[in-house]
Amino acid sequence: MPLFDALLELADDHLVLGHRVSEWCGHAPMLEEDLAMPNMALDMIGTARSLYDYAGQVEGKGRGEDDLAYLRSEREYRNLLLVERPNGDFAHTMLRQLYFAAFMHPYWTAALTSEDETIQGIAGKAVKEMAYHIRHAGEWVIRLGDGTEESARRMADAAEALSIYVGELFEEGAAEDVPALPRRADLRATWEATIAEVFDEAGMTFEPSKYPQSGGRDGRHGEQLGHMLAEMQSVHRAHPGATW
Amino acid sequence: MTGEVPLWEVFIRPRNGLSHKHVGSLHATDEVMALQAARDVYTRRGEGNSIWVVPSAAITASDPDQAGENFEPGEKIYRHPTFYDIPEQVGHM
Repeated sequence: MPLFDALLELADDHLVLGHRVSEWCGHAPMLEEDLAMPNMALDMIGTARSLYDYAGQVEGKGRGEDDLAYLRSEREYRNLLLVERPNGDFAHTMLRQLYFAAFMHPYWTAALTSEDETIQGIAGKAVKEMAYHIRHAGEWVIRLGDGTEESARRMADAAEALSIYVGELFEEGAAEDVPALPRRADLRATWEATIAEVFDEAGMTFEPSKYPQSGGRDGRHGEQLGHMLAEMQSVHRAHPGATW
Repeated sequence: MTGEVPLWEVFIRPRNGLSHKHVGSLHATDEVMALQAARDVYTRRGEGNSIWVVPSAAITASDPDQAGENFEPGEKIYRHPTFYDIPEQVGHM
């Protein structure tokens, strides 16, 4: 089922990154950011919920959002390697967010005219959120990249560490044969333009990696995803169906 | 960190036609970040459609020690516009 698989990829991207960003809750460098980051995390988790819900309907086997989020193992997760990367420092987190949002914004913009009305609906909400994530993360990338010697070094480290995960953004994955979803490869020019604009102000240059990594869409993940899922899924697995 | 980061006062306009009202303050490195933080801290529940941020340092405040001469006019009841008869047709003023 290509549509089911493609929805799962998108949902996994949003849930995994949403969970990662939520790990900052209570640990952000300042109170204002401690509100901003959970805001962003919840935006992504909200999108993931809509996508899982729709994927469950498409599959037609009675699986709901909780089943798809909490009862699949690491190898069954189809998210990008980029989004499962550990938070690292604040520079690292903000650059990862910029990379993801700079991709998802044109993606959802293209999905606004999808032939599938549910996808249109999800896109309509997500497109505004991603525009904000680009702005928020982008402004931090500019300030850290063009800040002190220490902040510039950290941002440069983040750029180097994350560059190998960029190429995977533009792989079609399970959406190859799903006309209702945008072509990911078509979004590369827009992504590069957004990043170039931010990096230019930050005094940085984007260097594509010579050794790009991929495999997330096939369930081949880094070791960190398993740890994250173990924590994220522990309550549901210990108390299936628990509500409060 | 907040010791180095300037303080901003935040004003939100709840609806078109109303004026911006002071809602609180926050720390941010500059005006762009202050607007973003204000959006995140003070408009999460649809509180408004416009934000102003002003550096707290730009605000000149009255001196509490002068509260007496400033704000306690005493028995100057003639300052209250209560000596006019308002025609009923005017309605609520």
